[in-house]
Amino acid sequence: MCIDCGCAPADHHHSAPHTKGGAKTISIEEDILAKNNRLAVANRALFADKGIFTLNLVSSPGSGKTTLLEKTLADLKSEIDFAVLEGDQQTANDAERIAATGVPVHQINTGAGCHLDAHMVGHGLAHFSLDKLQMLMIENVGNLVCPASFDLGEDFKVSLLSVTEGEDKPLKYPQMFRASEIMLINKVDLLPYVRFDVAKCREYAERVHPGIKIFEVSCYTGEGLDQWYGWLKEQVARKGK
Amino acid sequence: MHELGITQSIVEIALRTAAGQQAQKIHSVTLEVGSLAGVVSDALQFCYEACSKETLLEGSRLIIDEVPARARCRDCATEYPLTDLLACCPACESVASDLLCGEEMRIKEMEID
Repeated sequence: MCIDCGCAPADHHHSAPHTKGGAKTISIEEDILAKNNRLAVANRALFADKGIFTLNLVSSPGSGKTTLLEKTLADLKSEIDFAVLEGDQQTANDAERIAATGVPVHQINTGAGCHLDAHMVGHGLAHFSLDKLQMLMIENVGNLVCPASFDLGEDFKVSLLSVTEGEDKPLKYPQMFRASEIMLINKVDLLPYVRFDVAKCREYAERVHPGIKIFEVSCYTGEGLDQWYGWLKEQVARKGK
Repeated sequence: MHELGITQSIVEIALRTAAGQQAQKIHSVTLEVGSLAGVVSDALQFCYEACSKETLLEGSRLIIDEVPARARCRDCATEYPLTDLLACCPACESVASDLLCGEEMRIKEMEID
């Protein structure tokens, strides 16, 4: 039990009973995700207070989230103070890859869980010195369904979609692309070898999320990364310190 | 399978409310779930049975009221039912819309003794 985040179920809730036969019907009207949302609000307030720009990276397993992070950290760590929270069901493999870049990282293993929640992120923050931090990258569990419902307190969700997955992912998983302000089309160096229609992919994403911001990148050749980095730097400057 | 985490929250809220009411028995818990909330009713029912074992909720009924999603067109302000996130405005065929309801996940009420 933790006193910081209200793990203890101490909240009082008003309810209005009325009798129906022998049994009473109690009105509750409480959001099921209220607890997560409260903790997300607390995380967001902390990020605002400390001037930390925060992204929540979501995608299918294997779209290249960790590789994107490795590349981004290696190229920008001299300009921006980063930290990374890594979410996976098991293993610390991704955290080890991030640690090799020299950036502070903490691994959260969710066990059976299919997503990170605001509670795990709140506790994960204890592993970093927040006063210096400018940007927090949260790599969510590889899953295009569940992480869409859980606010972590981030500034933006960023969806990654690699060209080996098919351009219709935004139509198949609209909830996730609707929740993401940014979409990265990754592994564009493979476009000559796969059947992936970039224009269609953009059209589908725009259809589920009008105005979504799209970057086309390859972490292997470096193509398109300058635009991504430019946007990150702009956001960090806007948020910050 | 995020229905498990969601069910744990439902059980937590219901048991807390029941304790506050000094309930002896819980007959049912009623939810309002939007048609675009991204949860599967059957999975919720399955998890509810598992999560309510050996609590005051054991044997109670989980009632799920589905709230149909509605949207308002950003271009012509027509309101229309949204059967999925890809539907377009029946009046002007624009795909840009704001969701009015359909993503909620709320515990509405419970019946207790």
